[in-house]
Amino acid sequence: MTEAKKYPTPQGNPETQPFWDAAKQGKFMIKRCTACGEPHYFPRSICPFCFSDKTVWEESSGEGEIYTFSLMRKSATGPYAIGYVKLKEGPALQTNFVDCDMDKLKIGQKVKVVWKPTDGAPLPFFTPV
Amino acid sequence: MTIKGKAYIAGIYEHPTRHAPDKSTAQLHAEVAKGALEDAGLTSKDVDGYFCAGDAPGGLWPMVDYLGLKPRHVDSTETGGCSYIIHLGHAAEAIAAGKCSIALVTLAGKPRTGPMPPRAAGAEADFEAAYGATTHNAYGMCAMRHMHDYGTTSEQLAWIKVAASHHAQYNPHAMLKDVVTVEDVLNSPMISDPLHRMDCCVVTDGGGALIVTTPEIAKSLKKPLVRLIGHGEAMKGPRGGKDLDLTYSAGVWSGPRAFEEAGVRPSDIKYASIYDSFTITVLMQLEDIGFCEKGKGGKFVADGNLISGVGKLPFNTDGGGLCSNHPVNRGGMTKIIEAVRQLRGEAHPKVQVKNCDLAIAHGTGGLLGVRHAASTAILERV
Repeated sequence: MTEAKKYPTPQGNPETQPFWDAAKQGKFMIKRCTACGEPHYFPRSICPFCFSDKTVWEESSGEGEIYTFSLMRKSATGPYAIGYVKLKEGPALQTNFVDCDMDKLKIGQKVKVVWKPTDGAPLPFFTPV
Repeated sequence: MTIKGKAYIAGIYEHPTRHAPDKSTAQLHAEVAKGALEDAGLTSKDVDGYFCAGDAPGGLWPMVDYLGLKPRHVDSTETGGCSYIIHLGHAAEAIAAGKCSIALVTLAGKPRTGPMPPRAAGAEADFEAAYGATTHNAYGMCAMRHMHDYGTTSEQLAWIKVAASHHAQYNPHAMLKDVVTVEDVLNSPMISDPLHRMDCCVVTDGGGALIVTTPEIAKSLKKPLVRLIGHGEAMKGPRGGKDLDLTYSAGVWSGPRAFEEAGVRPSDIKYASIYDSFTITVLMQLEDIGFCEKGKGGKFVADGNLISGVGKLPFNTDGGGLCSNHPVNRGGMTKIIEAVRQLRGEAHPKVQVKNCDLAIAHGTGGLLGVRHAASTAILERV
């Protein structure tokens, strides 16, 4: 599986910059609301569940399992596996499954975060453990 | 406050083209507007409400000016393919509130002639844009999980395309007129697992339009009377990633809202227009709006149950997006139009549902596996 694809550079903004700063150090961050206790992803300043502004950054284990995926074959840059991971901490997120035999992916499979370079901060992807 | 019975669909028009390299997009909007007005027996001077979505070049200002309209009520709600079903509900609200009396809704575009402009990015862009979510794989992800959770099979999904093809053979304008079998679908190339090419809708240029009006004006015109008696709209997305479940859609909210307002049940419906961007879209929507239990959609659609004259729930008797037309990659408009044809008794005789007095038009917009809207309209022949 070649990963010669060029990925878009995250633009960042005042709300999300801490995520990208941590990403440069290999840390995968989520947000947690200290009012309702719920974690969420992607990061917001206001909790999407209770609308509290008491949200704090938290380092995720970067581990989870495949909720679903689809092997996209109709692609000018070659097939890729898009899917959702459910993190150990709870939130689900969209990603690609990389550095693996895409034909062997299974729902429920354990995966962990891997970083892929861009011209700026790296982007999180997931690979089978 | 309800919109039940307060707005009638007095005019419909589906552009016969499926490929229009020789026309402009604005021109197609004008042609469908003209078609719907002529169907109703009205003129552009009668229009006092205008509704369009993201396919209208430049949005409301340029379109209103280009068409020469003078509306006193406008709405450019953009929810992808179901925008026009939402517009129908909003038009009924505006008519009920006296904000307009003759509303025009248009859809047109040319994705078959050339690529469509990309959607504007939302707050999620940095966190999702790199992963290549497209219509094919976003619906593929839903199908994959539905199969995992409920045992739904590719054969069952294929029956949806088979039913659409049975109807399309009678539609002279359908892009794909050949009747296909379950095996044909399964043998077509895999596009984005588990969806095959024949699980996907067609890409067509074209468009459609509606005229929505007051009961009084509708009764003064010559067309059979078709009115809106229930409407619902809803949206769904990952919402911070909590309890992600891609096996259901926002139809679980829009459907019951529409049925409650109409005071009818799914078992009362004689004909169903269900947005068929992909086969899985139909299966999930049938479950979500209550035609069968969640997870039983596969069994429900199998063995021709959606074929007019054969099964219990005739659907998309024009051939739908899977076989006939999917103008601008947006299927909501043609869903309303075929439902109105059925209620008027104007569907092709081979697919016309007998005594069709109650129909549903339901659609989704956006990406079912990412962020989407759903809208449900229940229509009655008076």
